[in-house]
Amino acid sequence: MDDQSVIREFLIESNENLIRLDQEMVEIEKRPRDPQLLASIFRTIHTIKGTCGFLGFSSLEAVAHLTEDILSQLRDGKRELTHELVTLILEAVDVVKTILVSIETTGQEGTETYGDLRKRLEAVSAQTKAVAPPPPPEPEKPVAQRGPSVADSTIRVDVGLLDKLMNLVGELVLARNQILQFNAHQEDGTLNATSQRLNLITTELQEGVMKTRMQPIGVVWNKLPRVVRDMATSFGKQIQLEMDGADTELDKTIIEAIKDPLMHIVRNCCDHGIEKPDVRVRKGKPAQGKLTLRAFHEGGQVNIEISDDGAGIDVQVLKTKAVQRGLIRGEQAERMTEREALALVFLPGFSTAAEVTSVSGRGVGMDVVKTNIEKIGGVVDLVSRPGEGTTLKLKIPLTLAIIPGLVVTLKERRSTPRSLTGVGMRYVIPQVSLLELIRLEGDAGKRQIERIHDTPFYRRRGALLPLVYLADVLQSGLPIDSGVVNIVVLQAEDRQFGLVVDGISDTQEIVVKPLGKQLKGLNCYAGATIMGDGRVALILDVSGIAQLSGVVQDSHEKARVETATGDHAGSARQTYLLFRAGAFERLAVPLSLVARLEEIPLSKIEHAGGKRVVQYRGRILQLASLAPILDPGTADTAALQDPAQVVVFNNGERTIGILVDLILDIVEDQVTVRQTAARQGLLGSAVVCKKVTDLLDLHAVIQAADAGWFSGPDAQRASGATVMVAEHSAFVRSLVRNSLEMAGYSVVETADTQAALRELERRKIDVVLAGLDLPSDGGHGLLAQMRRLPGLAQVPALALLDSAEQAQAFQEHPQGFSGCQLKFDREAMLRSLARLANVVGTPEALAPTGERN
Amino acid sequence: MSALQSTAGAETARASREYATFFVDGLFFGIDVLQVQEVLRYQEMTQVPLAPAVIEGLINLRGQIVTALDMRGRLKLRPRAEGQTPMNTVVRTKEGTAVSLLVDEIGDVVEVDTEAFEPVPDNVDPAARDLLQGVYKLKDRLLLILDTEKTIDIAASVA
Repeated sequence: MDDQSVIREFLIESNENLIRLDQEMVEIEKRPRDPQLLASIFRTIHTIKGTCGFLGFSSLEAVAHLTEDILSQLRDGKRELTHELVTLILEAVDVVKTILVSIETTGQEGTETYGDLRKRLEAVSAQTKAVAPPPPPEPEKPVAQRGPSVADSTIRVDVGLLDKLMNLVGELVLARNQILQFNAHQEDGTLNATSQRLNLITTELQEGVMKTRMQPIGVVWNKLPRVVRDMATSFGKQIQLEMDGADTELDKTIIEAIKDPLMHIVRNCCDHGIEKPDVRVRKGKPAQGKLTLRAFHEGGQVNIEISDDGAGIDVQVLKTKAVQRGLIRGEQAERMTEREALALVFLPGFSTAAEVTSVSGRGVGMDVVKTNIEKIGGVVDLVSRPGEGTTLKLKIPLTLAIIPGLVVTLKERRSTPRSLTGVGMRYVIPQVSLLELIRLEGDAGKRQIERIHDTPFYRRRGALLPLVYLADVLQSGLPIDSGVVNIVVLQAEDRQFGLVVDGISDTQEIVVKPLGKQLKGLNCYAGATIMGDGRVALILDVSGIAQLSGVVQDSHEKARVETATGDHAGSARQTYLLFRAGAFERLAVPLSLVARLEEIPLSKIEHAGGKRVVQYRGRILQLASLAPILDPGTADTAALQDPAQVVVFNNGERTIGILVDLILDIVEDQVTVRQTAARQGLLGSAVVCKKVTDLLDLHAVIQAADAGWFSGPDAQRASGATVMVAEHSAFVRSLVRNSLEMAGYSVVETADTQAALRELERRKIDVVLAGLDLPSDGGHGLLAQMRRLPGLAQVPALALLDSAEQAQAFQEHPQGFSGCQLKFDREAMLRSLARLANVVGTPEALAPTGERN
Repeated sequence: MSALQSTAGAETARASREYATFFVDGLFFGIDVLQVQEVLRYQEMTQVPLAPAVIEGLINLRGQIVTALDMRGRLKLRPRAEGQTPMNTVVRTKEGTAVSLLVDEIGDVVEVDTEAFEPVPDNVDPAARDLLQGVYKLKDRLLLILDTEKTIDIAASVA
């Protein structure tokens, strides 16, 4: 062995010993007289001292020597172990580490002589005073024997070698697959038996090699006791660290990736989570805080939980900070649920520490933790109870190297001389992002894809799912019409979208391989893999595809605001279709009322009965131009467009197409009417997405376009029921009325309890929809008064609510209401009404349909 | 010759005297033989949509995924004739990864005399000149020495 390899061995061994030493020093503070611990610590330092003396590292030897002196005094019972002494020894250990690093990188000890530390060590070791006689050799409970036996049975292997083995095994698996395939057509018995054996051995070998890359999470955790101790000391806190499941195994790459985030989380808990002892005692908690780490396998993933029993997170403080920092708006903050507010912690530039400490509070932190965990396909979840503590849960895949993926195909678009295969391209989509698969067949299926301008959408359970054609995104040519549309529904950040592919083959466990740096700039690929036939397939990066196709735009800001406000938080959040007609630059109508958006070539438009019509899905669709309805006398600009832009409305039986000039956009926003309308056909003006927008009064427009719509027999038959909408906001009333009338109900609007009661006495009302904040008496007040009146006691009433949270609370205490309804959930509202109208309806309504007429 | 000079001479001889050669569109190129990992006949490739045009695809080299660069495109030469399959010269980069250079035909390993070296003349097309270290004037032809690191650094030239 030459000098270099001796030094290398020395470094590796010392580093391993020092990691253990850190733990032992923390441990020994609790059990200062444990002779085994002391002996082990002494041995470590002694070995370092001995070896470096031999190698000629004099500073290192001096420091180690002085430390050894003190340790030997401790061991011989000549000195009592104090907190300060432990700190001093740890400081010396740190210096030893620094010198070792310097030796590793430069081969030299460095010029620093650590005179100050040496003086202090000398001073301490000189002032030995006799303390109590050496501790009687207590019969300590036997500590688990570690060391020699394990050390003898293990060897060190270069990780690079393991990676290479892994690659070769992957290749062997492919070769095996090919032989098995070939063998399937052979009759030779010997060959059969041999290949079976090859098959088994290969599988076993693959498992074995994969196992060599697994490491217990304890490898990372081992550093924590020291970190926690140092932090507790510097903050004047008492923290007890508990670790459970340190032997949980993870792939080495994952271990590397979670190291820093984990450290950061633990620092955060010590710094912000656990309070100072006096504060804790005042709150009636034990002075010593507890930090618990737990790791366990569950469902093919590893769960890591870090919890403290500290102050918890004050949601109000979070909100205030977020507003102060301009991360969210005040009104947004008010509407947030607790869970949403907690998620604020993960926003970039957010830190709640009142004062910036040396450890945390600089405003970079949890967002980085989140990003890093998500980068390896993990999930972060935060739970906090004020006063009781905070728990952070990480869900992490076992390995990055092998993931389940869905294999999809794109057919060959053009004959390129380079590609010699006729099967087209295969791509792999990581299973984590996959939500569901949708297959649309034939013409009927194809018609389910609707377009707003050139953007295709599919209506998936009532919500518009943007569609992205993979061939488009990858610029591999035009979509091929094969009569079948395969949609892979994917989750990208906070959005969902449908990826249209030519074919879906199957799911496979794939081995993820990195792409060369020449391709690093392409964020649509997450890597590549080798398929069973030995060819390379690209792995799609779902968020990259979403960004590339524009489904997610400047992803972070938008997605974060959405997370922050949540899906149900907005009281009046609704999706609107924006369009232009004549002089009206920006009109909006709730998308839920729109049946379809169509482009109809002018040549297809015919005239019948003095009206414009078009043959549409085997029927005659009446068309009406919007601009002249809103402003009689203006030119019909919509008629000049070719193809004509048509918004189709439908109430189940009747369909009408409204011609507009241009479809602008579909947006989700909360809207309050700022100004009520002075013009027929408009509900009023509001600010939608920062621009003033006129909201269409669909009822009035359709009435004007087709007088027969609401009085027609169809409309009557749809229900015949009369519904009262008692709600103070005119805007909400109009919207609800619009939805209900489109569905064929008669609607009576009232704005306060008195008016509601008057109307109820005046005419027959089948169902009442009441806002809870109805002026004067409230929705509950109205209901109470109704119940006291003869004849009205049985009229069912639904409460109109703003948010899902409100609904949840309401369902526990309905106080006489038959149910509740979200103001903007049209579909659910119609379902509830249909149910109630049936229960209370007239005898005809209850009779089977066949007996009518 | 002094001792010092002879060591220096030995150094250069060891570092750059032998070149693995290949042909691209009739031109004769060389790469330091120590940088070449292996030479392969045509391999099936997987195209990478949206990638820069010079990236012809990915090949599976014993379980390692290797990017293949079209040297004709990289050197701004005429595209290959229809049906002509390229060969792979797999080079090892400084970072230890492998990249395949697609060339028309593989040549021998050539030992050259350092005396015959000359820098690239200024009037050579800059697209090619940037990738060349110099020229060796062999007896019957010119050997153009490629700078491997620059050749495979696509990101820089595309961005």
